[in-house]
Amino acid sequence: MTPTHPATRTNPPRQDRGVFGALIVIEDVSKRYPDGTVAVDRLSLEVPDRSITVLVGPSGCGKTTTLRMINRMIEPSSGRILLDGADIQQQPVNALRRSMGYVIQNAGLFQHRTVIDNIATVPRLLGWHRQRARARAAELMERVGLDASMAKRYPYQLSGGQQQRVGVARALAADPPVLLMDEPFSAVDPVVRRGLQEELLRIQEELGKAILFVTHDIDEAIRLGDQVAVLRTGGRLAQFAPPDELLSSPADPFVADFLGADRGIRGLSFFTSAGLNLDPAPVVAVDATAKQMAKRVTPDVPYVLVTDVDGKPLGWAEPARWAEGGKTLTPYGQTFEFGRDSLRVALDCAVLSPTGWAVGVDRTGSVVGVASQESVATAIRAAHAERAVRARDAAAPGTGARGTGAPGTGARGTGARGAGPAGAARRGGAGGEAGGAPGSAAGAGAEAAQ
Amino acid sequence: MNVFHFVQAFFSDGAHWHGYDGIPRRMVEHLQYSAAALGVAAAIALPIGLVTGHTGRGGNALAFVATAARALPSFGLLVLMFVLMGLSILPVMIPLVVLAVPPILVTTYEAVRNVDASPVDAARGMGMHPAKILFQVELPVALPLILSGLRSAAIQIVSTATIAAYVSLGGLGRYIVDGLYQRDYEKVVGGAALVAALALLVLGLFWAVGRAVVSPGVRRR
Ligand SMILES: Nc1ncnc2c1ncn2[C@@H]1O[C@H](COP(=O)(O)OP(=O)(O)OP(=O)(O)O)[C@@H](O)[C@H]1O
Ligand SMILES: [Mg+2]
Repeated sequence: MTPTHPATRTNPPRQDRGVFGALIVIEDVSKRYPDGTVAVDRLSLEVPDRSITVLVGPSGCGKTTTLRMINRMIEPSSGRILLDGADIQQQPVNALRRSMGYVIQNAGLFQHRTVIDNIATVPRLLGWHRQRARARAAELMERVGLDASMAKRYPYQLSGGQQQRVGVARALAADPPVLLMDEPFSAVDPVVRRGLQEELLRIQEELGKAILFVTHDIDEAIRLGDQVAVLRTGGRLAQFAPPDELLSSPADPFVADFLGADRGIRGLSFFTSAGLNLDPAPVVAVDATAKQMAKRVTPDVPYVLVTDVDGKPLGWAEPARWAEGGKTLTPYGQTFEFGRDSLRVALDCAVLSPTGWAVGVDRTGSVVGVASQESVATAIRAAHAERAVRARDAAAPGTGARGTGAPGTGARGTGARGAGPAGAARRGGAGGEAGGAPGSAAGAGAEAAQ
Repeated sequence: MNVFHFVQAFFSDGAHWHGYDGIPRRMVEHLQYSAAALGVAAAIALPIGLVTGHTGRGGNALAFVATAARALPSFGLLVLMFVLMGLSILPVMIPLVVLAVPPILVTTYEAVRNVDASPVDAARGMGMHPAKILFQVELPVALPLILSGLRSAAIQIVSTATIAAYVSLGGLGRYIVDGLYQRDYEKVVGGAALVAALALLVLGLFWAVGRAVVSPGVRRR
């Protein structure tokens, strides 16, 4: 068995900007409360269709206010907001709200209604028959990963994470084009939050909504956002950029500070490990002879990685001792999935490895090759250089680089673990990419098993 | 002679079970006064409590009215009304209603006002009309507390409706008033026991209503 790595997989890279139109346009919007507090100050933002836009910032910076101006729970003091090109001010308020799913921190479920009736609320408001609304609700329970046996439960019989899933299902019930989420996952523990985040990415993969997601957790913002708007106190926009850009080039010291100390390392989760030069040489099967093993030793690698006959890793061995009969193996530690996991995971594996070499495996857990800390560093430099080139091309008009599937950043969705059919198909694509990557050692396992 | 002997003597006397001054008739009269008073009080207090609780405004004025109403002595009010209006059911109804309005009003207001804000926010955010929010989101959750207000009002009414007898009307108070006048303590104790039993009946009734109308999701059972 391949131990799965606890660190991040390749982050789902952003939707290429400009492919989908802006569904929500916030134009120069300000909100001044009656007591004089300026919660939002001349904010302009675009929330594109089929993407997740995250609003992040310190407490009290106006995130909730911004979100609630979009469904008119709060009216702006100035500026305007367009939905699909039309000013929301001109639309009947309840119809507007029914076209936007709304998810809040503690889910806000109706205590007196069962799970299924909670989810069926908006369809019922829209005049659907009870049976049809319930059928739709049952469909959504499945979509958000709730067992059908929960349908007749009341909210108090659910865990916080399950309640939040119901909240998301309820918001999606009438299939609104827009989803507004205000710190939906902040009241659950980190493990559950992680599960909910992956579920959201998977759902988004399938449904492709325009999602505006508010959080004060920068890690959540980076994990979920196709683009991230950082607000500073006083409701002013500090930076609006895709998460990898945010990490690599924060606009000012406030943003840099907000991102935290290890943003360089975290930024590596946006580079796929497919660019890594894996070395298949020091990999041998457990039934190899001492002579075969000795051949694999190079001056700079005193160790070989021993695998079983199927190519699954067993541990590190010192060939000299192995030949003498001291067949002890040093644990190989964590592995990363070549082409699917990010450079961040690969680096982490190398740092944690007792030999300083990271073990790359394929989808089945068979060893593809090993990478030293130095080769990870080389891959990081190459990825940075490639990004710089892309950024220059994007800045120069007419190159067409923008909007094309940017190589180097992992294919979208590769990060969603346990994803549905769509995700699986894309993972297959990522695997193919890995197989075709130069210097990849597909078949190394077979070779080692000779 | 102790109380139980009085009770036993009262209820075993066959004469108490028939006719104009019989227990069934007095019981029905008593229930009629009580139900009418509770109905009128609820018709006044519930809408006001629901609306003020929903909007969250008017709480102070409401508390003032409730306290003032509580300060009025029911018996004094009865006598005053009797003097002003003469013999009719009205002088009895007014003190009973005044007695019942404050607990219904205050608990309804508090019950609705203290409904968790987030489901209400969610309901607003999904485009529910305010009236629907009140009746489909707030009321079902506030119901147990509202029922408890109605219940204490009902019990107070049942025990206080005995005052009707002072102005020559019927009800279980007849036994108490007449018994005192005739120094027939058997009758007094018997009447009091009937009032107590009726109060228990009301308790049981409210328990059953609570089981029937409060969602299991709110009862948490
Ligand atoms: N109804 C109100 N009246 C006056 N000031 C308000 C009101 N609501 C919010 N504010 C103020 O507006 C500012 C922005 O509030 P908002 O709720 O949008 O912040 P937030 O970014 O969502 O914060 P948090 O992360 O803590 O939820 C704060 O300074 C807050 O105190
Ligand atoms: Mg907030």
